[in-house]
Amino acid sequence: MIEVLNLSKTYKLGNVDVPALMDVSFSFDRGEFIAIMGPSGSGKSTLMNLLGCLDLPTSGIYRLNGHDIQGMSPDQLAEVRNRKIGFVFQSFNLLPRASALENIELPLLYGRVPNAAKIAMSALSRVGLADRAGHKPAELSGGERQRVAIARAIVNNPAIILADEPTGNLDSKTGEEIMNIFTRLNEEGVMVVLVTHEKEIAQYARHILNMKDGKLSNPQVMTEAKPRC
Amino acid sequence: MLIWDLFKMALRSLIANKLRTFLTTLGIIIGVASVISMIAIGEGAKQQTLSTISKFGTNIITVKPGRKKTRHVSSDKVVTLTFADAKAIETRVPLITGVAAQVYRPAQLKFANKNTNTTVRGTGKDYGRLANFTLDRGRYFNDGEVRTSRQVAVLGATVVKNLFENVDPVGKTLKVDGKNYLIIGVMEAKGALSWYDPDDQIFIPVTTAQKRLFGMDYVQSIDVQAENIEDLEFIKEDIDRLLRLRHSIPEGAESDFHVQNSSQWLSSWGDAAKTFTYLLGGIAAISLMVGGIGIMNIMLVSVTERTREIGIRKAIGAKKREIMEQFLIESVVMSFLGGGIGILLGLMISKFVSQMGGWDTVVSPESILLSFGFSVGIGIFFGYYPANKAANLNPIEALRYE
Repeated sequence: MIEVLNLSKTYKLGNVDVPALMDVSFSFDRGEFIAIMGPSGSGKSTLMNLLGCLDLPTSGIYRLNGHDIQGMSPDQLAEVRNRKIGFVFQSFNLLPRASALENIELPLLYGRVPNAAKIAMSALSRVGLADRAGHKPAELSGGERQRVAIARAIVNNPAIILADEPTGNLDSKTGEEIMNIFTRLNEEGVMVVLVTHEKEIAQYARHILNMKDGKLSNPQVMTEAKPRC
Repeated sequence: MLIWDLFKMALRSLIANKLRTFLTTLGIIIGVASVISMIAIGEGAKQQTLSTISKFGTNIITVKPGRKKTRHVSSDKVVTLTFADAKAIETRVPLITGVAAQVYRPAQLKFANKNTNTTVRGTGKDYGRLANFTLDRGRYFNDGEVRTSRQVAVLGATVVKNLFENVDPVGKTLKVDGKNYLIIGVMEAKGALSWYDPDDQIFIPVTTAQKRLFGMDYVQSIDVQAENIEDLEFIKEDIDRLLRLRHSIPEGAESDFHVQNSSQWLSSWGDAAKTFTYLLGGIAAISLMVGGIGIMNIMLVSVTERTREIGIRKAIGAKKREIMEQFLIESVVMSFLGGGIGILLGLMISKFVSQMGGWDTVVSPESILLSFGFSVGIGIFFGYYPANKAANLNPIEALRYE
């Protein structure tokens, strides 16, 4: 589960302080499906980076599974990212020279998990791409690439999957397939945090956080999304 | 991540950029090959020179008259060193195996209708042995002939070649400055150095030379052979003490002779050759250095190119050290590879030089170890900065990099 309390982030541009995130608070239990929405510049990417432990807040508290993130060293953050967080990016971000299976193995190798190949293979099966294990990313379609990226995100059994515009580079039909995979993973108990500016995509989530000018525009009020079928 | 996985990744990225990897490695290959071959050439030159010089004997102490004013220059005007001094050294100084007093001057030789100018060396019975001459035919003169100043001569090989064609000189009579000398022996050729031909001289008893030929009562040098090289210093001290006593030189005053040994000469030659080797090796090391800078250059390019990859790796949990190691392994693999190929190439060049140039080359295991270790060290040294740069990239910025 994640707890966020008065989280703020200020960037320094020369001598000017630019507040990107101001006093954001919320908390969600494990197994939730959340969408963060907002126009560009609203601070959703900043929030995403903080939730993903890629960055540390200027002030406020971020607790992941009961562990305080602030005050951690870069290497400790790396370890949290490795064990607790799975990333899915808009541009897939697969290593071009590695095969699908090797891409999925990577978090296990950094985490020194034994039997990496076997675990990676089962993750690949969960996204329905067991027959593409040896293919390089360039030999896969956009949707397949994103599925490989999802497999990489879930291979370490993370607490949260952070998906940053996961359908942004895909056509709507493929995007739908990808969103169905997220839905299924969520039903299996994985917490999914989705960043998007597309309403239709956000509708897959159970809660929607709307952001504007670095703040939640609907603080503490969780919008119930339409029930899934 | 295990080191083996990092190694596999490094190898994969090197193979993906074959040409670039080869060109970068080439810098190290050339560097290592030149270090090895240059040192081999220098070392070969050194050993060749030393072995030539040591033909003249390394356990010889030479006493010369005069103060040791400047190197290798002694005044002929000092006439205090005598044949009696040599005799005294022979009987009073322990740990020696031979003493040879010498006088030498150029003289004209005549046999039948042929003339030649050469050095006449008046000396004792031990000289041949001390100077590493071997008799080819006949015999060397003995103590009795020295004592009685007999007019006998032993010829060097060059003199034989110049004066005697198809004639055995032993038993013939030779004219030295118009006086008759019986030839009793011929020396084997020792081989000429570029500046000096030891075979172009004849040997006669020192007393004969003093009285009958040169008209002098002093000697120009005394060679003393030590039984063991380790004793050279003791023997030098003994000779010094003995001669100062004989020449009545008070304590603290400068002596009228000086004692030196050929191993000093040898070691100064060795030093010169060593300098030569260092010079060659140093120039080659610079090219190895340049190769290292090439590695650094390409690694920096590679880090920039792969900024996004670094971002991905960091996002999925790579620690600083693991990023660092990945890039460091790449540069070390390149320098390792370059070192290995460079050694083979260096060996080939050394062999080629010794075959084509007729110049001995000596590849020492040290030079191989040195240049190999040096090249791997260069991989680490020049790979460190780019690897560190990669490791310290901000993951958010790296992920955003296009």
